[in-house]
Amino acid sequence: MSQEFFIQGNEACAKGALRAGCRFFAGYPITPSTEVAETLARELPKVGGSFVQMEDEIASVGAIIGGSWGGTKSMTATSGPGLSLMQENIGYAFISETPIVIVDVQRGSPSTGQPTMAAQGDMMQARWGSHGDYEPIALSPSSVQEFFDFTIKAFNLAEQFRTPVFVMADEIIGHMREKIVVEDDIEIIPRQMPEDKDNYLPFKNVENGTNPMPAFGEGFNIHVTGLTHDERGYPDTNDPETHNDLVQRLCDKVLNNCDKICSVKSKSCEDADIIIISYGAPVRSAIEAVSVARSEGKKVGYIKLDTPWPFPEEEIKNLSSNASDIIVAEMNLGQMYYEVDRVLPNDVNIHLIGKIGGLMPTPDEILSKINEIGGN
Amino acid sequence: MSSDENKFTPYMRKDRLPHIFCPGCGNGTIMNAFLKGMEKAEMDFDNIAMVSGIGCSSRIPGYMNCDSLHTTHGRALSFATGLKTANKSLDVVVFTGDGDCASIGGNHLIHAARRNINLTVICINNNIYGMTGGQISPTSPKGSFGTTAPYGNQDTPFNLAELVAAAGATYSARWTTIQIENLVTSIKDGLKNPGFSFIEVVTQCPTYYGRKNKLRTPTAMVAIMKANTIFKSSADRMRERDLEGKIVVGEFAKKQKAEFTENIERISEEKFGNKTVINSAYETEL
Amino acid sequence: MRTEIRIGGFGGQGVILAGIILGKAASLFDNNEAVQTQSYGPEARGGASKCEVVISDSEVEYPKVQSPDILVAMSNEALIKYIVDLKDEGTLIVDPGTTDIEDVREFIDQHNIKVFNAPATKTANDEIGLKIVANIVMVGAITKVTGIISENAAIESIKDSVPAGTEEKNIKAFKAGYNLI
Repeated sequence: MSQEFFIQGNEACAKGALRAGCRFFAGYPITPSTEVAETLARELPKVGGSFVQMEDEIASVGAIIGGSWGGTKSMTATSGPGLSLMQENIGYAFISETPIVIVDVQRGSPSTGQPTMAAQGDMMQARWGSHGDYEPIALSPSSVQEFFDFTIKAFNLAEQFRTPVFVMADEIIGHMREKIVVEDDIEIIPRQMPEDKDNYLPFKNVENGTNPMPAFGEGFNIHVTGLTHDERGYPDTNDPETHNDLVQRLCDKVLNNCDKICSVKSKSCEDADIIIISYGAPVRSAIEAVSVARSEGKKVGYIKLDTPWPFPEEEIKNLSSNASDIIVAEMNLGQMYYEVDRVLPNDVNIHLIGKIGGLMPTPDEILSKINEIGGN
Repeated sequence: MSSDENKFTPYMRKDRLPHIFCPGCGNGTIMNAFLKGMEKAEMDFDNIAMVSGIGCSSRIPGYMNCDSLHTTHGRALSFATGLKTANKSLDVVVFTGDGDCASIGGNHLIHAARRNINLTVICINNNIYGMTGGQISPTSPKGSFGTTAPYGNQDTPFNLAELVAAAGATYSARWTTIQIENLVTSIKDGLKNPGFSFIEVVTQCPTYYGRKNKLRTPTAMVAIMKANTIFKSSADRMRERDLEGKIVVGEFAKKQKAEFTENIERISEEKFGNKTVINSAYETEL
Repeated sequence: MRTEIRIGGFGGQGVILAGIILGKAASLFDNNEAVQTQSYGPEARGGASKCEVVISDSEVEYPKVQSPDILVAMSNEALIKYIVDLKDEGTLIVDPGTTDIEDVREFIDQHNIKVFNAPATKTANDEIGLKIVANIVMVGAITKVTGIISENAAIESIKDSVPAGTEEKNIKAFKAGYNLI
């Protein structure tokens, strides 16, 4: 038995979080993400969970990291200005290997920008926003259904890799209403409690799998720190090797599992001369543009990045091996565009439809770019 | 236990010793006082989780053999808020300093106090930034010297215990490293208080504060501290200008008020029944 | 077939809810696809309010309305502002109590717009005794005029969208609107 709802993206996100087992939300009101908080403020008490409106976004991430070590799946939701404030503690979550989910409903920026309009200007902030080297996982929904699905997936990935996971939505997906279908059997990945209290090492390398994570109060007496630490969690800040081993391991646990994490969807790429790459709301225009172009006999396809981070390099290279031109359609002045440019050979022409101002690129705008390139 | 072993050593992570604190630092005295207060309060040490920020005082939890979260600068109270809310059965203790909780973490401090969340905060106030090398802090006395106040600090210091009491904490006290028995009692009372408890301990930092302010030995610092200490009962009868530069010790809040996590649980239970699952992250089906 | 609907009015008239009811009716109860979007401004009350719905028998990709097939104007400001986007031979539904059709007569004539008068505010007042259900009266008129959603789906959607206990009044409002035209 599945259930159907006609709801807003932000509500679907909250629903997904609850389904994934999120029982703690800490956040600060910010347009256009507030409905995620409002929905969870209403729904969490119904399932014995806790909602806390914190004093700011810095505290929000601090609180969900605390909540996560308290044995509870925890999440926050924000928009660009809030994500900027969160970066300090997001870095802490990476180095302390704390599973949390951060939802960013992107709006026009920089600074306060356009609170009620859509953008995708935070993609690089999700990638590099905190200081230092780390490899984030980010998912970008293109529909209300995906906002539900990807929020669940974000929690699962966070547990699987013991790492923060971003859901990079945008105002369009956050605020529009569509039908979602909620299936009965959805895979939820629970956290694993370690077994051996005497020999457990909270920060050791586990090759194929997840290092179990204890909850505070279970007698493991572990030390969690943002300082460079050894496998026990003890600070060891002056040994170059300890630091290298730690940071390299944190990066590798994501990079070495790209095949498990990365996800793209594509259509009509096999024989395509021109391929449109997009993520989030602009995917909808790309799909429409491809179907119009194909009906006119043009060899055009699209690649949709479900996971902008880690960047699905191999998938993009494989799918676009026959294309001469790539159009990257995004709501910023070129962020993922440079990633595409970085991974594809020099003889492929990379074009940008970088639309800012609050609206998504239209199918017509993509079609006219296709015509300009001369698709046939 | 060998005869030369301190009776509190079993509470410590022996494999992390020796600690990094300077000779003459008050942190050891305060750790001792904490453990004494904890035993007097008959707390279950295994149920204690410690949270700290950044600074010398924030290193204390790292030496204690319990679950400990050593977080970002100033943010300890936000992490502690999440930890306590996620599992309210834990006894959460926060170690922080004057720079950590009164400067960069000032907003978190007043909001945690406002919420009256059941945390016990030990704020070790040495009036200076020790870990970064002697810069002035929001509690540095007027006229004191630091590497960032080479001509003397011109700013008015915060009175932290009073600030936190005004913000809504149900227990707030200030002592120095000299009034150990009072400090132990306050730690005991703070741990037992089912709300936000703030215990400020004014302490000596001979390495930085002392050196910058012509108080080169720990004994010189302690002597000055002792000379400047006034009990609250006396201070209440004094004029404000006579209190400048004095350290007023005593209790500034001791009252009962609804507690934050209890409020969350009560609303949830009254309206929807008891559905809270501790360690819910480990469940497949909720 | 893709049909684009835009509903414009003042904040507080419930144009957003009207759009949600249309979208929900189409996608949950009529077996069609629908996307509802709306514009947000910084004002909490008053000001202009706009709600858009795209309904189609196949997947709706581009979610925004580009050039509406149907414009519903519940304020004169919305009528004047949005009429210019309406498709040639498009459908215009206005509340004569809150709009003045003469202001856009020229456009209507030049573009062969089909105009329907639905005195939603007056009907809500007179027949239901509740001005706030004017939006539901309008949903009734839209359903009848355009056939974009079925009557049954509309009723199911209203039941699913309005506050519990108000279903009866709202369905009465819908029926009053349905019978207006």
